[in-house]
Amino acid sequence: MDSSNPVHARRPRLGVFKLASCDGCQLTLLDCEDELLAVAQAVDIVHFPEASSSLMPEGPFDVVLVEGSLSTSEQLEQLHRIRKNARALVTIGACATAGGIQALRNFADHAEFARAVYARPDMLPILAKSTPVAEHVSVDFELRGCPIDKRQLIELIAAMLVGRAPVIPNESVCMECKRRGAVCVVVTKNQACLGPVTHAGCGAICPAFARGCYGCFGPRERPNTRALAQHMRAQGLTGREIARSFRLFTAYAPEFREESERHES
Amino acid sequence: MSRERTYKVDLLTRVEGEGRFHLVVDGEDVKEAHLSIFEAPRFFEAFMRGRSFQEAPDIVARICGICPVAYQMSAVRALENALAWVPTPEIRTLRRLLYCGEWIESHALHVFLLHAPDFLGYASAMDMARDHKALVERGLRMKKAGNSLIEVLGGRAIHPVSVRVGGFSRAPSPAELGALRPALEQGLGDALTTVKWASGLRAPELESDYVFVTLCAQDYPLEWGDQIAISGRGQFPVEAFDELFEEQQVARSNALHCRLRDGTPYLCGPMARLNHAHERLHPTALAALATSGLTLPLRNPYRSIVVRAIELVHAFAEALAIIDGYSCPQPACFDLEAASASGSGASEAPRGLLWHRYELDAGGLVETARIVPPTSQNQARIEADLVAIAPELLRLDHDAATRRCEQLIRAYDPCISCATHFLELTIDRAGADRSSAI
Ligand code: SF4
Ligand code: SF4
Repeated sequence: MDSSNPVHARRPRLGVFKLASCDGCQLTLLDCEDELLAVAQAVDIVHFPEASSSLMPEGPFDVVLVEGSLSTSEQLEQLHRIRKNARALVTIGACATAGGIQALRNFADHAEFARAVYARPDMLPILAKSTPVAEHVSVDFELRGCPIDKRQLIELIAAMLVGRAPVIPNESVCMECKRRGAVCVVVTKNQACLGPVTHAGCGAICPAFARGCYGCFGPRERPNTRALAQHMRAQGLTGREIARSFRLFTAYAPEFREESERHES
Repeated sequence: MSRERTYKVDLLTRVEGEGRFHLVVDGEDVKEAHLSIFEAPRFFEAFMRGRSFQEAPDIVARICGICPVAYQMSAVRALENALAWVPTPEIRTLRRLLYCGEWIESHALHVFLLHAPDFLGYASAMDMARDHKALVERGLRMKKAGNSLIEVLGGRAIHPVSVRVGGFSRAPSPAELGALRPALEQGLGDALTTVKWASGLRAPELESDYVFVTLCAQDYPLEWGDQIAISGRGQFPVEAFDELFEEQQVARSNALHCRLRDGTPYLCGPMARLNHAHERLHPTALAALATSGLTLPLRNPYRSIVVRAIELVHAFAEALAIIDGYSCPQPACFDLEAASASGSGASEAPRGLLWHRYELDAGGLVETARIVPPTSQNQARIEADLVAIAPELLRLDHDAATRRCEQLIRAYDPCISCATHFLELTIDRAGADRSSAI
């Protein structure tokens, strides 16, 4: 995050915005029960409709957290306004960073979809695709996950307060599995698991709960999805099953999208 | 001379999701009373098609960050009904425990962070904490206890990962659950204090003649029940939902309104549950009800903050009882075989009845999915209540009147993200051609 121009004596002004989403990522802030009141003192939360009825949608903000994907043209206009009024824009969660589960409609037949849309002319102007924030405006930092991880959010806020970059390692869920001492579900149970190609951050929750990772933090940097898909085939998964595994909460992230497209049909 | 007044809020705050309301009153005449939902639809029912039944609990959780467990529970009930499988008593009990965690987390959030500021005159709980620190801390403590329960059972508080069709991917050890006891005991005490505090809040007068709708079983309605109770009309199988209720398309909203077949709006949620099933509350919660000063049947929605406090007592007391009698389900999960089948299931989300129905093909892929969340069921009733308070608003100044409307709407704890994922359904029915939807 930009720290070259530290905010003077005043508290940093924070805004929290929502696009198409389930509210789970912004709820993560309210779920920081031990830290919430301290955060509210350290930071000036000027716009957070889910938590407060005093609103200031036009900012200006030092930092905004944006949850959700772009699904309507109104949201697109809103996003440009948010960007204009914010020094730093942070996207939170799979909807904002990858289009979310609702991006599954991006893979549907558009002609069919349009016909469906016109059956209801009073409908909101729904965009053809559900897209991530970074496709439309510049993003200063992103927090992954569906939902984001509480510890990562606190780290981000702490870093922002002192003007340093947040420490959020880009490694795979496998690394976290090892650290947690979780048994590998691929080796011991022959389960399908996206852990090797998925961005760390959750602390390897799924393997610790005896199931494969379903990729809710999205692709890590340079994921070898091809090798993993080959392994899944060897495990006995059909092409469609492999396609479906890559096509969940971060289906529209390029690496997962391409891999799923390879196994369609 | 026209005495028309308009009360409106373009972005409702301290609710989940995005909505607005609009009330136009001319003298004593209500010209318009709308709660509009402009949250963007996400088309869950459309993209569920073609997914495996095993993926359903993970996917439907994402409809709502506040009540993901409710979505998971209604989905597994519907799918297990379809596949003609009945969960073992141990699995059922563990699910009830998980659901208690969600009720605690959601009710504590609503009572303290979303609704209390209306009663005490603050913009937010953070502002309120400057003058009422202990109060807000009590709410956060309970919320944390509920979240911890979900984390132990499902790995994380929002979108837990362990719920499967057929059971749990992993069941906690008795020691892990035992470790939660101190926080839950403290929570029970906090919840009892909350009942006392909430009973003392001044609630505006309002009595409406509600039709209450709840799930109905032997226990206080929560994760289980095969019957739906409708006040004054009787009990009906969950499978008969479509014969009982009708979803209507409303032009100004992205959600469908649900009414009884004869057009009557109805109410679900905490007040409905208390009225229908108070005698099935945990004894500790029943005792708290007795001291709360509420008289049944309760018909004042502003008092629902007291009801949520009583349900907090119930959820803590029940969670403690379950932990004390816990034995680990063996196995934690059964493998269910795919079959061409269909089934419905419902549970009591914190905000009320949540009904799901699925049709599966022979390979276990979803052919159709239908989800009716509590907020679209309550929406017509909320609008009727806005009409009911209109005469009283004349006695208030404009700001106070607007705040009164908001307070009323918040009393329902509307969950707007939940209400909006159903546009595809509207299209479907309007077009009468299922295959034309995405
Ligand atoms: S990323 Fe997941 S948790 Fe976050 S808003 Fe989207 S659906 Fe909800
Ligand atoms: S293991 Fe994978 S799917 Fe599970 S919580 Fe972590 S990133 Fe998400």
